[in-house]
Amino acid sequence: MNSKFSLWRRALLAALLVLVPVLCAGCDMFAEEEEEDDNVVYVYSWGDYLDPEVMEQFEAETGIHVVLDEFDTNESMYPRIKEGAEAYDVLCPSDYMIQKLIENDLLQPLNYAQLPNARQYIGQDYLQQSEAFDPGNRYAIPYCWGLVGIMYNTKLVDEPVDSWSILWEPKYKGEILMQDSARDAFMIPLKMLGYSMNTTDPAQLAQARDMLIQQKPLVQAYGVDDIRDKLSSGEAALGVIFSGEAINLLESNPDLAYQMAPKEGTNAWIDGWVIPKNARHVANAHRFIDFLCRPDIAAKNFEALGYSTPNTGVRELVEEDMEDEELAIAFPEPEVYLGQETYQYLGEAADKLYTKLWLQVKTE
Amino acid sequence: MHNYALRRLFGVPFVIWGVLFVLLPLFFVLQQGLTDAEGAFSLATLGEALQWEYLKALGLSVGLALVSTVICLILGYPLCLILREHRQQNGLLIFLLFLLPLWMNSLLTTMAWQTILERHGVLNMLLGALSLPALNIVNTPAAIVIGMVYNFLPYMVLPLYVAIVKVDNSVIEAARDLGATHWQTLRYVLLPLTRAGIISGCTMVFIPALTTFVISALLGGNKVLLIGNIIEQEFTAAYDWQLGSALSMVLMVFIILNMIVEFFTSAQQRKEAV
Repeated sequence: MNSKFSLWRRALLAALLVLVPVLCAGCDMFAEEEEEDDNVVYVYSWGDYLDPEVMEQFEAETGIHVVLDEFDTNESMYPRIKEGAEAYDVLCPSDYMIQKLIENDLLQPLNYAQLPNARQYIGQDYLQQSEAFDPGNRYAIPYCWGLVGIMYNTKLVDEPVDSWSILWEPKYKGEILMQDSARDAFMIPLKMLGYSMNTTDPAQLAQARDMLIQQKPLVQAYGVDDIRDKLSSGEAALGVIFSGEAINLLESNPDLAYQMAPKEGTNAWIDGWVIPKNARHVANAHRFIDFLCRPDIAAKNFEALGYSTPNTGVRELVEEDMEDEELAIAFPEPEVYLGQETYQYLGEAADKLYTKLWLQVKTE
Repeated sequence: MHNYALRRLFGVPFVIWGVLFVLLPLFFVLQQGLTDAEGAFSLATLGEALQWEYLKALGLSVGLALVSTVICLILGYPLCLILREHRQQNGLLIFLLFLLPLWMNSLLTTMAWQTILERHGVLNMLLGALSLPALNIVNTPAAIVIGMVYNFLPYMVLPLYVAIVKVDNSVIEAARDLGATHWQTLRYVLLPLTRAGIISGCTMVFIPALTTFVISALLGGNKVLLIGNIIEQEFTAAYDWQLGSALSMVLMVFIILNMIVEFFTSAQQRKEAV
């Protein structure tokens, strides 16, 4: 009798084991059905890359509900789009990643008829720059852009900073902060050597690697967000930083100054809105993108984020509240940014080569 | 019999846990590490994981983990001896104080160490106030060892304390009666009797120290690359799960070696006890 009892228990257990996942799957399906509503737009963007007020305003004006997911690197976003597990309607990746998405046939062309604000307000310069990764501007509307420059502490650096070579000066040993990513790190020695930052030539890259290895003893740390804090608190004298972060940083510490375009040339990055191929609310996606191109909305986002905007209608709305130094960084003169290189997607083999060479620098 | 069935039922959650969160993930790691991009069986990724740069990082990780383990043991063993002496009075309180850091998120405590060791940090401010030269510790292997010792010392103290408290007082008294010095008592009585505790304490420090990537990222300024950092990079930045998994497999070899040593020494001790 006892053995029967345990058998019964085992059967119950087995039944539970089978039933629970099935029930859970059922719940999931039910939940999805409920959200299957035409008045939504699924947005996948960088963290803190949209003013929350702007999204509220969009919902109020259009009645379209915004569902926002965030990513922290282009690389973490890509697989989710590629696997198609989630059907997002709009994404905001960076230049080279947009190119990778295009090359892997994961985006759909934009319908400019539905984007009147974009046609009117996105500056020609930026569209032209975008052609490097999106020929013919078929897929992407530029949203934010910037340059990569050197932030320095004038109390610790009294010479003029106009060249990347100051990051190789032995007298600043332990005072230098570098970006902790392969492309951003290699960009600097490649430009110093007079090469393209999109090179895949192993000999040129090996030369750049040797320069980075030579520089390593001078570097205090390789960082991402922490570079900001360390410069702000005076922990380091020189740091490589994006222009969009420079304005806030300059406000936080009056000793800091910014060289946004060292003379050898630098990276001009552009993040843009694109619509994936498997988007289910294409019309809403267009409305969302176009809403962001309206000058008053773009101005709100600009004030919340601090990144430069390609929107030509923003400057007149915000310049009253800004100081000259800030204006020079947020709205640089064309000669500062024209001719700067933008990253391109170099293919899987080149990606691996960059990763490998960067590892050689890091493990040296 | 009925009782037996009930007892088995209590084991079910553990079996489910083990399958879902230990065996399945392990299987996925093996499957990723032993296949190529198309999903066919291949040893190429594993070969790639054995290249020089990775081995260098692995060597550094093993070295720093060993140093941290030895320091934890040197700090922890005398502490547990002291706790043993005072367990009647306030030993428990001291013991709790040592476990207290475990109640805080290790990310927070490691960031606190960053603030302490920074160039313009707390430590150098104190040294400056005493007119002593500043120390440059942050972003060096030394800073990582400090972070490891701080974070993992409780894992050494716990098993050591349990082992040392169990040693019968009369055994120590007998040794003393027979003329053994303090040092001889420690060497020939205490150490052999607490060997299992020492081994499991060392394992519990060595393995997390070997695999950490948070401590090295925060206190090493990303300048000192441990194998954990490389695996993390392969999974996140490079999005090469195959290589990341293959590297994890290489790392697992060391962990399994460590566990084998622990298994045999504790088995031997049990035999001796009988």
